[in-house]
Amino acid sequence: MNSFPWLTILTAVPLVGALAVLALGVRNKAFVRWTALAFSAISLIITLILWHSFNSTADGFQFQELHAWIPSLNVSYRVGIDGLGLLMLLLTAIVVPIGMLASWQIEQRVPLYFALVLMLQTCLVGTFTALNFFHWFIFWELALIPAFFLVRLWGGSGSAKAAMQFLVYTMVGSVAMLLSFLAIFLATKTFDFTELAAMAQNGTLMPAVVAKLGWHLLTPEHVALVIFFGAFLGFAVKVPLFPFHTWLPSTYSEAPSGTTILLTGAMSKMGVYGFLRILLPIFNPEMQKVLNLLLWLAVATVVLSAYTALAQKDLKRIFAYSSINHLGYCLLAIFAVAKFTGGDAALTTQKFAAMNGVFLQMFNHGLTAATLFWFIAMLEKRTGGVRGLDDFGGLRKVIPVFTGLMGIALFSSLGLPGLNGFIGEFLIFKGSFPLVTWATSLSVIGLLITAIFILGVIQRVFSGPLKEKWAQLPDLTLGERLALVPVIGLMFALGLYPQLILGVVNHTAIQMAIHLRNF
Amino acid sequence: MLAWTIYISFLGALVLLLLPSRNAALVRVLALATTLVTFAITLTAFLQHRSGEMFTVVDYPWISSLGIHFSLKADGISLTLLLLTGVIGVCGVLFSWDVDHRIKEFFAFYLVLIGAVYGVFLSFDLFLLFVFYEIVVIPKYFLIAIWGSTRREYAAMKLVLYSFIGSAMVLVGLIAAYVVAGSRSMSLGDLAGYQYSPHFQMWAFPLVFVGFGILAGLWPFHTWAPTGHVAAPTAASMLLAGVVMKLGAYGCLRVAMTLFPLGLAPWGFHVLGLGSWRDVFAVLAVIGILYGALVALVQKDFKFVIGYSSISHMGFILLGLMTLNQIGLSGAVVQMVSHGILAGLLFAVVGRMVYSRTHTRDLPALGPMHMNKALPFAAFTFVIAGMASMGLPGFSGFAAELMILIGVWHSYPTLILFVGIGLIAGVAYIWRAMQQAFFTGPTPAAAVAPPDHPLPPITFPEKLGAGILICSSVIVGTFPQVFLNVIHPALNSPLFQGLRNGGW
Amino acid sequence: MSVINYGQLLQLAWPEIILTVAALIALAADLLFFRQSALRTRFLVAASIASIGCIAAIFKLLPGSSEGMLLGGVFLSNPATHLVQIALLVIAILTLFLSVDSTFTDHVGEFVLLILLATTGMMFLVASQDLLVIFISLELLSLSVYILAGFDKRSSRSAEAALKYFLFGGMSAAFMLFGFSLLYGFSNSTNLVQIASAIHAVPLNPLVILAIVTTVIGFGFKIAAAPFHFWAPDVYQGAPTPSAAFIASGSKVASFFIFFQVLVIGFAGAEGSATLHHFQSGWVPVIVTVAVASMLLGNLVAITQTSLRRLLAYSAVAHAGYMLLAYVAHSEQSLAALLYYVATYALATLGIFGILTVTEKQLGNDKISDLAGLSRRAPFLSACLFIFVLSLAGIPPLSGFFAKFLLFTAVLAVSPGSKLLIGLIIFAIGMSAVSLYYYLRVLKSAFVADPPADATPIQSPMLLQLVVGLLAAGVVALGCAPDLILNQILKVIHASGL
Repeated sequence: MNSFPWLTILTAVPLVGALAVLALGVRNKAFVRWTALAFSAISLIITLILWHSFNSTADGFQFQELHAWIPSLNVSYRVGIDGLGLLMLLLTAIVVPIGMLASWQIEQRVPLYFALVLMLQTCLVGTFTALNFFHWFIFWELALIPAFFLVRLWGGSGSAKAAMQFLVYTMVGSVAMLLSFLAIFLATKTFDFTELAAMAQNGTLMPAVVAKLGWHLLTPEHVALVIFFGAFLGFAVKVPLFPFHTWLPSTYSEAPSGTTILLTGAMSKMGVYGFLRILLPIFNPEMQKVLNLLLWLAVATVVLSAYTALAQKDLKRIFAYSSINHLGYCLLAIFAVAKFTGGDAALTTQKFAAMNGVFLQMFNHGLTAATLFWFIAMLEKRTGGVRGLDDFGGLRKVIPVFTGLMGIALFSSLGLPGLNGFIGEFLIFKGSFPLVTWATSLSVIGLLITAIFILGVIQRVFSGPLKEKWAQLPDLTLGERLALVPVIGLMFALGLYPQLILGVVNHTAIQMAIHLRNF
Repeated sequence: MLAWTIYISFLGALVLLLLPSRNAALVRVLALATTLVTFAITLTAFLQHRSGEMFTVVDYPWISSLGIHFSLKADGISLTLLLLTGVIGVCGVLFSWDVDHRIKEFFAFYLVLIGAVYGVFLSFDLFLLFVFYEIVVIPKYFLIAIWGSTRREYAAMKLVLYSFIGSAMVLVGLIAAYVVAGSRSMSLGDLAGYQYSPHFQMWAFPLVFVGFGILAGLWPFHTWAPTGHVAAPTAASMLLAGVVMKLGAYGCLRVAMTLFPLGLAPWGFHVLGLGSWRDVFAVLAVIGILYGALVALVQKDFKFVIGYSSISHMGFILLGLMTLNQIGLSGAVVQMVSHGILAGLLFAVVGRMVYSRTHTRDLPALGPMHMNKALPFAAFTFVIAGMASMGLPGFSGFAAELMILIGVWHSYPTLILFVGIGLIAGVAYIWRAMQQAFFTGPTPAAAVAPPDHPLPPITFPEKLGAGILICSSVIVGTFPQVFLNVIHPALNSPLFQGLRNGGW
Repeated sequence: MSVINYGQLLQLAWPEIILTVAALIALAADLLFFRQSALRTRFLVAASIASIGCIAAIFKLLPGSSEGMLLGGVFLSNPATHLVQIALLVIAILTLFLSVDSTFTDHVGEFVLLILLATTGMMFLVASQDLLVIFISLELLSLSVYILAGFDKRSSRSAEAALKYFLFGGMSAAFMLFGFSLLYGFSNSTNLVQIASAIHAVPLNPLVILAIVTTVIGFGFKIAAAPFHFWAPDVYQGAPTPSAAFIASGSKVASFFIFFQVLVIGFAGAEGSATLHHFQSGWVPVIVTVAVASMLLGNLVAITQTSLRRLLAYSAVAHAGYMLLAYVAHSEQSLAALLYYVATYALATLGIFGILTVTEKQLGNDKISDLAGLSRRAPFLSACLFIFVLSLAGIPPLSGFFAKFLLFTAVLAVSPGSKLLIGLIIFAIGMSAVSLYYYLRVLKSAFVADPPADATPIQSPMLLQLVVGLLAAGVVALGCAPDLILNQILKVIHASGL
C-alpha cells in the first residue's frame, strides 16, 4: 500500500525551507528570497514528477501512504492523491512562486515573510493530500496562522481589523466543522474520508450518528442536517459563500499583494476542495435535502459579488469580489452535481461535464487571479501603492507591454474563448443547466456583470486621457517579462488545449460523480 | 525509585535553607539540579512502565493503629501527571532565574511545593494523599505573599482560604469514608472496593468532588484562581496553573469518582432539567468554560486574561471527567497535561518575559511598546502558546479537547453548542490579547521611536524553558498515543471498576 | 468502710512525694546558697534541681511501676494516669528551662517551688476518682497558678491577670463545689463510680442535671471553654511568659483528662442525647453546646486580635471546643485522641510562649505586627514559630493535623451514621479552615512583612533555642510518626479501662 513517500516529502520540503530561511537570519535579504524561491522550485519539480508518473486512468488514490498514528482514536496518517488532489498540488506549486515573485519588493522582516509563505505551502500541500480528517484538519487550521500573520504584519493600515475578521470567521467555521466531525467519529469510530464516504454511500452513516447522539429534541432528519450544517459552515466561510464572505474583500485588499495571490490563488481552493472531497461524498443526502437553499446561496454569491465588484473603486477589492464570483460558479456546479437524478444517463453525463468544469475552473481561477494580483503588485511597486480605479487612465500609452499582458489576464478572467477561463465556465454552465436550470439561468447575470466590470477596468485604467503624474511610469522589466511568459503561456495553452488538464482529471471527475449516492 | 522525587525535592529545599553561602548562582543551580533529577526520575519511570498498570513504589505501615500505610503507587494517570510535574518543575526554575530577593527561601518553598505535588500524584493511601495535598497549600501562600505583585497578600490569603475550605470538605469526606468502611484502612484500593450505601455516596460524592473541584477552578468556586495567578510570581503562577490546579482535577478523578461512583447516579428526579450530580457538575463545567473565556475577553490586565483562560480550560477537564466514558476521561487527563504545559508557558511569557521587563501588564499600555519588535522571542512564544491554548491542531490542546469533545458528544450532546461557543471565545481572547500586547501600534512602515530604556533581551534560561514547553506541547499534540497507551490501562484497572459499572 | 493502707499510699504516691521534696530543696538551695548569684545562675540551679526531681518522678512512673487503687478510687495509679503524669512532668521541665533567662522576678526559689507544687496538684488531680480529692488537688493547682500569674510584681497587667484569674477561678470553684455537694447529697458518696451507679438507679433527676451544669461550668473555666473563658485572654497576656506557658499547657492537660474522667465515669448513664429528633437531657447536650460555642467564639474572636498572646488565648478556646468533641464520643479511642491532641497542643503552645520570651524582651510587646521581618532577624526561632503555628492550624504533616484527624475519626467511629457527629465534625473542620486565616496572619507578619528599617538580628539564648528546637522537633516527629506515642496511649487506655 505504501509507495515511496513522495507526498510526505512534498509536504516537508517547504517546511524545511521555512526553517532554513529563518535560520539564515536577516543579513542578506536577496539570499533569503532566492533560497525561498529555490525551495518552492523544488516543490514544483516534485509536483511535476508526480504529474508525470500519475496514472490518469486508475481508480482511487495514488501515491498512498498509510501509517497508524493514534490507534486509540483510530487515527492513521493516510495521504494520497487522485486527479483532483494532483491538480491542486500543481496549482499550489505554481501559485506559491508567483506569490514570492510578487513579494520581491518586501523589505521588512524578509526571512519571516518567506518562512511564513513556505509554511503556508506546507499546510496547503498537507490539506490537499490528507485522507484522514485528523491531520487534514491540522493542516487546514494551521494554514490560518501563516495567512493571518502575512496579512497582519505586512498588510495595510486596516490589516489589524481585516486579519482579525478573517481569523474569527474561519475559526467559527472550523469549530463548527470540528464538532460535526467529532459527532460522526463518535458514531463511526473513524476519521478516514474514504470509509466515511463509503458509509454515506450505503446509507448507514447518518442513521448511526443519529442513533449514537440520541438527541431527542430533534427529529433524526434534523439531527443529520445540524451535523451537515456544522461541516458546511467551515467550508462555506473558506470559499467563501454568501453570506459568509464579508471577511474576504477587506482581507484581500489589506494584505500585501503577494499574500493576496496566495490567499486567492491557493487558499480559497481549500474550501472548494473541501466541498468536493468531503461534503459531496459524505453529506450528499443532506445536500439534496437542502439543495434549493444551497443553490440560492450560490446564485446570490455569483450575482451579488459581481454586482458589488461593479461598485468598487479599489482594484484589489474589485478582484476580490471577482474571486468570490468565480468560485461561486464552482459551487453552483457542485450543488448541481449533488442533485438527485435517479440514475438518468443523460443527466449523469452532464454531471461529468460539470465536475470537469469545476476542476478546470478551480485551476484557472487560481492561475488567473494570481496573475491579476501579480499585475497589481507590479503596478503598486511603480506607483507607490496607488491602485484606485480612478487614479489612472491611458496607461497603455506609457506601459504598453504591461497593458497587453494584463489585458490577456483580464480577458481570461472574463472568460474569453481561447483563454483558459472560458472552458471551465463553459463546462460548468453546460453541465449545470440541464440539472438546475433556474439557478444556472440566474447565474448568467453574474457572467454579464463580470464582463461589464472587467471591461470597465480596462477602459478606466488603460484607456482614456493619461494623467500627468504617471507619464514616467516604467514598463515591465526584462526579468518581469520573463517571469510572466510561462504564466501567460499557460493561459493560452489551457485555453486552446484544455485536455492538458482534463486528460488527467477526467477519470477522477467521473468517479466522483458516480460515487455519489443515488446519482 | 519514584519515591525519590519526593525525598529529593524536600531534601533539596532543606539543603537550600541550610546553605551557608549567599551565592545566588549556586542556589539557582542547586534548585535546577534538584528539579532536573526529579524530572529524570519521572521520565525514566514513565519509559519503564509502558503498560500503564498500577505498580507499587513504596509501601510500609505508618500508623499501625489506624491502618494507615506510607503507600506510594503509580499507574498511567499518575505517571503522566508526574511527568508533567517534572517538566513544569524544571521550567519554573528556568523562568525564576531572575529572582534574587530572598532567593534561598524562594527556591526552598518552590521545592517543597514540587515535592508535595509529586507526593499527591504518588500517594495511594488517602491519608498520605491528604497530607501532601495540604502541604501544597502553605508554600503557595508564601510564594505569592512574599514574591508576588498586585495585591499579593490579599490574593495569597484568598487562595489559601479557598484551598483550605476545599481540603476541609475533602477531609470530612475522607474521614466519613474511612470510618464508615470500618476504620481499618485508608488505602484507596480498599476504600474504592468498599460498597458504600447509595445514600452515603450521594452526599459524600459532591462534598469531596467540590472540595477537590475548588482547587481545580470549578465554577463558581474559582474566584481564588485569577487573583492568585495574577499576584503570584512567575514560577508560582506556572506551578499553580500548571500542576496545582491539576491536583484538584486529579483528586476529583482519583478520589471522589472512584470512592463514590454511585454519587454520579441519577437522583430519580429533576431540578431545572438536572437529574444527577453528574449533570450538575457538567453544567458547572460548561459555565466555567464559557465564563472563563468571556471574562478573559474583557480583561485589561494581561495576566488576568491568562488567569481566566485557566478557568476555561479547567472547565474542559471537569467536563471531560463528567462524560464518564473512556475517551472523555482520557481526554481530561491529556488536557491536564496540555493545560499544565500551556498555562505554564503563557504565564512565563506574561510574567517573566513581559512583566519583569516592562513592569506593566496593562494591555493598552503594552501596545505602544511595539513588543513584537522589542521582544520578538516573547511575541513568538506567545503566539505559539496562544495558538496551542486555543486548540489549534498539532498542539496538545487540540488532541485533548478533541477527545473531550467526542466524549461530550457521547454523553451531553446538548451541551456541545455551548462548548463550541467557548472554543470560539477562546480563540477570540487569545487573539485579542495577542493583538493588544504584541501587535498594536503603527504599521511597520512608520518609524518606530526607540524606547527610552531598551528592554533587556530574553535570556538563555528563558529561551530554554520556552523551548522545552513548546516541544512538550507539540509532542503531546502529535503523539497523544504515547500517553493514551498508559492512560487507558489505568482507566481499565480495578480501581475504576465502580465507575465503569456506572455506565460508561 | 475500708481502711487506708499508708504503706500502699506511700508506694503509689512516690512520684508526688519526690516532686514535693525536690520543690523544697530547690527553694532551700536558692534561699540559702544562691541569693547573691546572678539571676540566670539561680534560675539554672533551681531549674536543674527541680528537673532532677521531675526526672526521678518520671522514672518512678515508667511502665512496670507499681499500680493500684486506694479506697476504691480516692487515689489510683494505673498506666493511663502514669502516662498523663509523665506528660505533665515533661511540660514542667520544659517550662522551667524556658524560664531560665527570665528577668521578671528575683524570687527564683519561690517561682520554681510554685511550678512544682502546681505540678504536684495536677498529678494528684489526674490520679483520683474521688470528688473530694479532685477538688482539693484542683485547688492546690489553682492557687499555685494564681500566684504564678501575678508573679511579675513590677507589672500591673500581671497583677490584673492574677486578680481576674483568681476571681473567676474562685467563682468557678464555688460552682464546682456546689455541683459536687449536690452529687454527694444525691448519692451519699464522693466516689465517681458510686455516683454513677446512684444516677443509673433512678431516672434522670433535675438535681443531677443541675450538678452536671455546675460541674461543666467549673471545669469549663479550667479548660477555658466558652463561655467560661473570660479570664484567658487577660491571663495569657498579663502573666509572665513562663507562667502563661504553664497555664496554657500543663494545667490544660490535667484538666482535660480529669474532666473526661468525671463526666464519663461519674455521669455514666446520664449522657443524654443531643440529636434533634431524640433529644434527651444529659451531659452530652451540654458539652455539645459548649463545644460549638467554643469553636465559634474562639475562632471568630481570634480573627480580630492584634496581640499574639490574646490570639493564643482565643485559639485555646477554639481548641478546647475541638477537644470537647472527644467527650461527646466518650470512647476509648476518643480518650486516646484527646490525650494525643492535648499533649501535642501543649507542645506547640509551650513552643510559641518560648519564642515569645525572646521576642517580647527585645521588641517590647507581643503585637503581631511587631513580629515583622522576624524570619530575617531570627531565622531559627521563626522556623520554629512556623512549625508551631501551622501545627495549631492543623496543617500536615505536623502533629496538630494528625491530632485533629485522630480526634475526628475517633468521634465519628462511635456511630458512623450519626448526623449529629458528622455535623459537629463538619463544623469543626470548617472552623479550623477559618482558623488558618489568623494563624497565617502571624506567619505573614513574621515571614512576609519587611523588618523595620532599624532592625537588628535578635539574640536568643542557646538554652532557649535548644528547648524551642526540641519542642519543634517533637511537634514534627509526632506528626510524621504518630506511632511513637499513639500505640502507647491506646495500650494504656485499654489497659486502664475508661
